[in-house]
Amino acid sequence: MGNFYTSTDHFALMPALVLALFGCAGLFFRRISGVAMLLAGELFTGIALWRQLQAGTINAFNGGLVIDGLGLFFNFLFVAAAAITGLISYRYLDIEDEHHPEFYGLLMLAQCGMFFLATGTDLVTLFTGLELMSVTFYVLVGFLRESRRSNEAALKYLLLGAFSSGILAYGLSLFYGLTGTTKLAPMAQALAAIDVTHPAVLLALITTAAGLFFKISAAPFHMWAPDVYEGAPTPVTAYLSVASKAAAFALLLRLFLGPLAPLRDSWQPVVTVVAILSLTIGNLAAVTQSNIKRLLAYSSISHAGYILLGIAAGNETGLRGALLYTLVYTLMNLGAFLVLVAMRRQNLPGETLEDFSGLMRRSPVYAVLMLLFLLSLAGIPPTAGFVAKAYLFLALVEAHQYVLAVIGTVYVAVSLYYYFRIVRAMFAGDAKPEAPLAISWGIGVSTVFTALATLGLGLWPEPLFQWVKGVTR
Amino acid sequence: MISLLLLVPLAGMLISIFLPARLSKYWAAAVSAATALLSVQLLRTGATAERMPWIPSLGVDYHVAADGISLLMLVLTTVMTLLAILASFESVKDRVKEFYALLLLLESAMLGVFVAQDFVLFFVFFEFSLVPMYFLIGLWGGERRLYAAIKFFLYTLSGSVFLLLGIIVLYLKSGARTFDAATLLAASLDPVTAQWVFWAFFLAFAIKVPMFPLHTWLPDAHTEAPTAGSVILAGVMLKMGTYGFLRFSLPLLPQAGHAREIVTVLGVLSIIAILYGALVSLMQKDWKRLVAYSSVSHLGFCTLGLFSLNASGISGSVLQQVNHGISTGLLFLIVGIVYERRHTRVIADFGGLAHAMPNMSVIFAIAMLSSAGLPLLNGFVGEFAILNGAYQANALWAYWSVPGVVLGAAYLLWLYQRTMLGPAQEVNARLQDLTVREWLTVLPLVAWAISIGVYPKPYFDLIAPGVKAALEALHRS
Repeated sequence: MGNFYTSTDHFALMPALVLALFGCAGLFFRRISGVAMLLAGELFTGIALWRQLQAGTINAFNGGLVIDGLGLFFNFLFVAAAAITGLISYRYLDIEDEHHPEFYGLLMLAQCGMFFLATGTDLVTLFTGLELMSVTFYVLVGFLRESRRSNEAALKYLLLGAFSSGILAYGLSLFYGLTGTTKLAPMAQALAAIDVTHPAVLLALITTAAGLFFKISAAPFHMWAPDVYEGAPTPVTAYLSVASKAAAFALLLRLFLGPLAPLRDSWQPVVTVVAILSLTIGNLAAVTQSNIKRLLAYSSISHAGYILLGIAAGNETGLRGALLYTLVYTLMNLGAFLVLVAMRRQNLPGETLEDFSGLMRRSPVYAVLMLLFLLSLAGIPPTAGFVAKAYLFLALVEAHQYVLAVIGTVYVAVSLYYYFRIVRAMFAGDAKPEAPLAISWGIGVSTVFTALATLGLGLWPEPLFQWVKGVTR
Repeated sequence: MISLLLLVPLAGMLISIFLPARLSKYWAAAVSAATALLSVQLLRTGATAERMPWIPSLGVDYHVAADGISLLMLVLTTVMTLLAILASFESVKDRVKEFYALLLLLESAMLGVFVAQDFVLFFVFFEFSLVPMYFLIGLWGGERRLYAAIKFFLYTLSGSVFLLLGIIVLYLKSGARTFDAATLLAASLDPVTAQWVFWAFFLAFAIKVPMFPLHTWLPDAHTEAPTAGSVILAGVMLKMGTYGFLRFSLPLLPQAGHAREIVTVLGVLSIIAILYGALVSLMQKDWKRLVAYSSVSHLGFCTLGLFSLNASGISGSVLQQVNHGISTGLLFLIVGIVYERRHTRVIADFGGLAHAMPNMSVIFAIAMLSSAGLPLLNGFVGEFAILNGAYQANALWAYWSVPGVVLGAAYLLWLYQRTMLGPAQEVNARLQDLTVREWLTVLPLVAWAISIGVYPKPYFDLIAPGVKAALEALHRS
């Protein structure tokens, strides 16, 4: 046993401390000062993460926490997602007439949980992080107190989320029972020596995997996603669909590539099947949706499938592809949701396909930007979405998973069809005389950022490749 | 210089966004004219290759170069775009700014396809060109425009995703950490891989051409597209498929197992396209749809020439691609000119147009004869070389495709008879003949058609080195 709380531990914990502090402080600020608080918090978190990036890998809390490239990669992603969500929220909350101090604080507390999901190396730390994030999200999803949909979504999410957390906890506790440790590194050694076909091992693996698949909303554990995405306040949906999913992926990577790596032969087929199911269900169900939030919910299920394809490939390129895809997905999906947030105006939900009708005539800039995000989501060059998909296909071919590669490519065409239903409405639909978009400076700044990133990383992905390469080394 | 050629339309597009809408068409015409001059200048001076790293960690380069074949395609692209823009001056009244901006964007993408020497770069241009075309069809097209646009997009996209997979397989199997097309195509592969990659490429290019039986998107897209869209689709975008065959599919053949059988299958498919396209054209009641189906037949000749795998067939095919751009471009322009006056494309609504529009009927006659392959016009030269090549490859191919020439003459002459000759109906009697602007759009193509028909040697000389390189790639083992 080392020292209880060294300066290294403190340094490693810094971003989480900042987030918790600012998050708690944020609970007392309204509107602009709340956003300012959030941005200040994200700035300091960013600085802390930056310092850690320069310090190299840090093991802290006697192997309970590790600050490595992978953890930092995800944390930078969370910073971007949280900051953007904050920036787009204040106007939306004004319109919804729900402006309470807690909102920005909750965003940061959820992010605090994500920090532990991405950096924890102890089952207890990881599970605590997961619950901190989930519980915060239960509140955020139901943030519109007057809206029945929001309340229903929150309850649904709470019930199913708690259920899945329970299953995950069951799996994790079985692993603890099998190996006698909660730390990932010794657990990996113990599992390497164990008989992998033992029923208890398989049961532990299956329950753990099911819990994780629920959190990343992969089929067949995706049932909650469309309802929750539709009911939640749009900025929260955006945050949920990118940050929470990425955090759950971070956990999945930590577990599957860490202690569960010896069980690869058991989980790889499962991941493959889940990936194919997610692609199929997500893409096919999205085709008939007329509510954009539901459409994007199904599309996010299919994107989870794509990320899983990278893990199913089972090589280093696949892992890089999965990371790359997660980051790109975060940017482009946030972008699409930004436009959706701007569509929400007084007395106008702005969520259906019809609401997008003729957007090109009313607000050409946002119509073109939405087009960019949708092209990227579909994977048309020269956008970042294309680069990410191409990299995943490269990984699959390298791993000789030709069938998976073909399935992945075929669904590009399918996804284009439903994304272009939105495009068609925006550009070819008749314009209705409606109130202009609710564009605040926060939405403006965020849109410019996400659009530049989506196009820029498509035209010049080299820095991203280098970063991801460094992470997986 | 090549990069400049790609940048001019792109920059023109970006600037046009900030110009007032009433200036858009003049600006677009000026930009595309400048691009056309630039491409002609390139043709005269020759182009130097440009290369710099783009994504070093994967070995992707920004590498553009142009040999004679590419240069010819570049000129075809810039001329067609310029004429398409000129042809749209009166007919496009809605969302004018967007229309011309998209045309310029499309021009940039198409030019990129013909100069890219790196597979990733090629794919980016190849696939991105779909986006502006989707909007051109979907926003300014005919009644069923949205259906035609998404059908076009999905159909061609489904093919090109396999192109991407093929490229990736080639990249990994060759072991060369580069996406440079020449390097990858020269790498030695096992026959099974080569065959899979060949078929993946085939799917993408065959849909683009389109080859029978993958042609079903074409009649809808060509018919529903606005005149400018049809001209560019037929004139340039179909050639991206045949160009891809020539550059990327043929070099794979020697390594693919059962190359002979593959070529036989493709030759037979081409012949089916020739005959089937011609027969279906014969039955059309819609003027524009007839011209659209005639493209299937004519592109059948182009692919037949390619898969003859000899100098005569391939060079004839390349020239015929240009010819088809000229003659079908002209035919679509004429359909557009008539449609602007009568707002119908049903052949039965016309008759006796020659009385009201004598000049137009002369131009139409030239276009028709050029398309039908009359000697001293461009179509004859290309078809002759192709049939010569096909005969050398397999005499049966030539025998079976000759009826296509006859049928081609039949449906075109019959079309001419039904629309231009005979007594003029009341509604058609007072139509205005060609305006100055319309003269400007058709004359360059007429002049080009005659010049190729009378003196094709410079074109064959221009094409020869590229054809020689393709043949060398074919005969290495």
